[in-house]
Amino acid sequence: MSARIDREASPLGEPINLSRRRFLLASGTVTGALVLGFALPSGSARMQAMAAESKAAGTQVGAFLEIRPDSTVRLLCPFIEGGQGTYTAMAQIVGEELDADPSTFLVESAPPGEAYVVMENGMRITGGSMSVRMSYPTMRRLGALARAMLLQAASARLNVPVAALTTEPGRVLHPVSGRSLTYGEMAADALDLPVPDVDSVTLRDPSQFRWIGKPVRRLDAYDKSTGKALYSIDMQVDGMLHAAVQHAPRLGMTVGELRNEAQVKAMEGVHSVHRLPGAVAVVAERWWHAKRAVEAIQVDWQEAAADATGRVMPADFSTVAYRERLANEPGPGREAEKEGDFAGTLAKATTRVEATYHNQYLNHAQLEPPSALARFNPDGTLDIWLPNQAQDMFLADIAKCAAIDPSRINLHSPLLGGFFGRHFLYETANPYPQAIELAKAVGRPIKLIWSREEEFLRDALRPMAVVKFRAALDDKGLPVALEAVSATEGPTESLAGKPGDQPDPTALEGLAGKSYAIPHRRIAQNYVKGPVVLGYWRSVGNSLNDFFYEAFLDELADKGGQDPFELRLHLLRDNPRLTHLLQSVVELSGGWKRGPFTAEDGSRRARGVAMASPFGTETAVVAEVSIENGQVKVHDIWQAIDPGSIVNPAIVEAQVNGAVSLGLSQALVEEAVYVDGKPRGRNFDLYPILPPARMARVHVKVIESGAKMGGIGEPPLPAVAPAVANAVARLTGQRIRSMPFSSYTFSQPA
Amino acid sequence: MELRINQKTYQVDAEADTPLLWVIRDDLGLTGTKYGCGLAQCGACSVLVDGNVVRSCVTPVAGVVGREVTTIEAIEADEVGKRVVAVWVEHQVAQCGYCQSGQVVAATALLKNNPKPDDGQIAAAMVNLCRCGTYNAIQAAVHDLAANLATPAAPAGGNA
Repeated sequence: MSARIDREASPLGEPINLSRRRFLLASGTVTGALVLGFALPSGSARMQAMAAESKAAGTQVGAFLEIRPDSTVRLLCPFIEGGQGTYTAMAQIVGEELDADPSTFLVESAPPGEAYVVMENGMRITGGSMSVRMSYPTMRRLGALARAMLLQAASARLNVPVAALTTEPGRVLHPVSGRSLTYGEMAADALDLPVPDVDSVTLRDPSQFRWIGKPVRRLDAYDKSTGKALYSIDMQVDGMLHAAVQHAPRLGMTVGELRNEAQVKAMEGVHSVHRLPGAVAVVAERWWHAKRAVEAIQVDWQEAAADATGRVMPADFSTVAYRERLANEPGPGREAEKEGDFAGTLAKATTRVEATYHNQYLNHAQLEPPSALARFNPDGTLDIWLPNQAQDMFLADIAKCAAIDPSRINLHSPLLGGFFGRHFLYETANPYPQAIELAKAVGRPIKLIWSREEEFLRDALRPMAVVKFRAALDDKGLPVALEAVSATEGPTESLAGKPGDQPDPTALEGLAGKSYAIPHRRIAQNYVKGPVVLGYWRSVGNSLNDFFYEAFLDELADKGGQDPFELRLHLLRDNPRLTHLLQSVVELSGGWKRGPFTAEDGSRRARGVAMASPFGTETAVVAEVSIENGQVKVHDIWQAIDPGSIVNPAIVEAQVNGAVSLGLSQALVEEAVYVDGKPRGRNFDLYPILPPARMARVHVKVIESGAKMGGIGEPPLPAVAPAVANAVARLTGQRIRSMPFSSYTFSQPA
Repeated sequence: MELRINQKTYQVDAEADTPLLWVIRDDLGLTGTKYGCGLAQCGACSVLVDGNVVRSCVTPVAGVVGREVTTIEAIEADEVGKRVVAVWVEHQVAQCGYCQSGQVVAATALLKNNPKPDDGQIAAAMVNLCRCGTYNAIQAAVHDLAANLATPAAPAGGNA
């Protein structure tokens, strides 16, 4: 993955530079990343022929794999690497069946194209914690098909039957004669062969796995420790100019007069000044000049027209007022889940509990600010580099923006400097329409970077909700009826601009779909359309809803005189998988010890427990907290996670750490606050994210129950905040009904 | 003006107040040093100036004239930096990797100035932000190195 402009080849011997020479060589190909051995662009005749040959997903071997003379394997991955380890996981999965050591793989993102739709749900995105779990059998089969082709080629070369051959990593063996051929020696022959029938290959017995299920080292660890890894923001092409923008302070406003345009044009390094929809831009020889100049422009921003299409941010919008608006939304809501007779049970109950919860908007705050590099080529094609997690969707929109056919666009998808849901196709939240317009206007390649401030002004936010709970306890103090009505707009209905036929699952997941045996349930949504552009944020609806639900469940436990751990066990008594999971996390933490208790350092502490079922995976968390200077200090997070089965335990543990960090960040410190229609924090000074000092120790237990494979990237997040909230409530006696907890002041517990 | 970066001398045509970060990235094409915030909040832009860590996004380029700047691209040329990289690979620290150039540079600066930092000194030095949550892996890697810095360096590197 090493790719430098002007220096040595990568350790695998393939320089990936961005010189003009290479672009000329690569012109006309879709990938543009390399001149490929036999990985062909999706539009080519050979690819179309292959597509006609085989309808099954992930069977166009030549579209995915290139084996080089030195037997290194280049894999074009349908998914994009943004830290979650998917490139390494895919090398493990394909390598296992190809019989090639994952460490010999060079993995890059595949271009758009039908060939790469490998997920069982027929989609191709990098999100929803879906990459491995949705493509696992298909990517294994891909490796097996390639191995079969290598065996076939070796059979012809050695003039022996395929049945007399076997493989070891990177080579085909003929045991009887002792002869062998490396994969690299045969790759050219092998890939001229037709792809075998999908039913002709047998996958390895999992008991024989060498790499799947093992803590294989990440392929990108060295490059990412030495600055060699390249992200969109690092891309450079000959002749390019840099661009920076100043967005309208409120979405929907339009550009009026530029009061000092002449002075700005005269500023050092400025090439040109441009008016864009809802933004002004400066193009310059250096990005620093562009940024400084564009920030100096005095724009008379015009209010949106009354008939403006798209979202308009009103001048009086504030998050505080909007929360009130959500809290006052009347009505029973549209039902997403209904079991038994909630209303009847509540009416008869002697003990009722009601509480209202809310959460905050959040930025994605991935550390790499968004950028786009657009270059129109002399032949009318467009090369474009940008961060994205959905190549085909982006390609279609780029084609619309640039007004050229998708077949004439080379979309490059470099490594993501974090994503967490940031890089989907949110209207108004992506720089590429601006970069395309500027490249057209100046007739040269444009690299546009959004400053951190412009990013936080246009990021698509994690939704806010106000949830009203009502519940009934029986005479033993056990919950028998529960209702949650959420006033919110979900990210999916936000993207659509209107509610769907059913409540948005991404608005209610984590309220709906809980496994507790509460016989009378009602989960509903009051859709409230707001002016904020909303997006998917790591673990999506679960990130807020599991906080609400699991914290409220502790309220029910306390009201009914139940221990919250014992209550959960009781409510899961007919669910062996979750019972085992819950017991496992408590065992991992050294036994259930709710507290408050005095720790060795003399601090008073307590523990909380919570669970979540996101993205096909089951999780349980125990948190230990104290109060330090009036704020929550989280000492330890124990997490048990059951994704059914896994590919790389080391990466799973890293993902749990990462999700815990983000879970703590939203619980403790983070909040996107709007006042007068504008975000208060436009950089990390006023929009703090979790610093190292507030990270907790993390202890992980992975349980491979053998259930259907679930996700990894997002699932370890949602149970973190409620486990912390429940611990804090126990320690302080104060109910935590909103995030972040920094808006509370806690007194030192006695 | 004349700059010394990674043991090489460069003639750079930039105004005195241009942040060092943008000279490194855009004039010299050394993109390992990252832009994250521009306000010295995140530390992704960390470089060494005469062996001390600075945040290049708020360091005027004129301020480093006559001084030795080391970016992540040359970190392995430094004996301590080489070991930091090796332990970063060993501990599999990186996730997205975007902040890790700055993290490696910060760890190198710490250990060059203090080969045996205690927990408090490590916490005080390793303050760069990481949105992927690699904080515990960073802690483990730095502690590992602090405990072993007296022993000879192992070969650095890893696979691509």
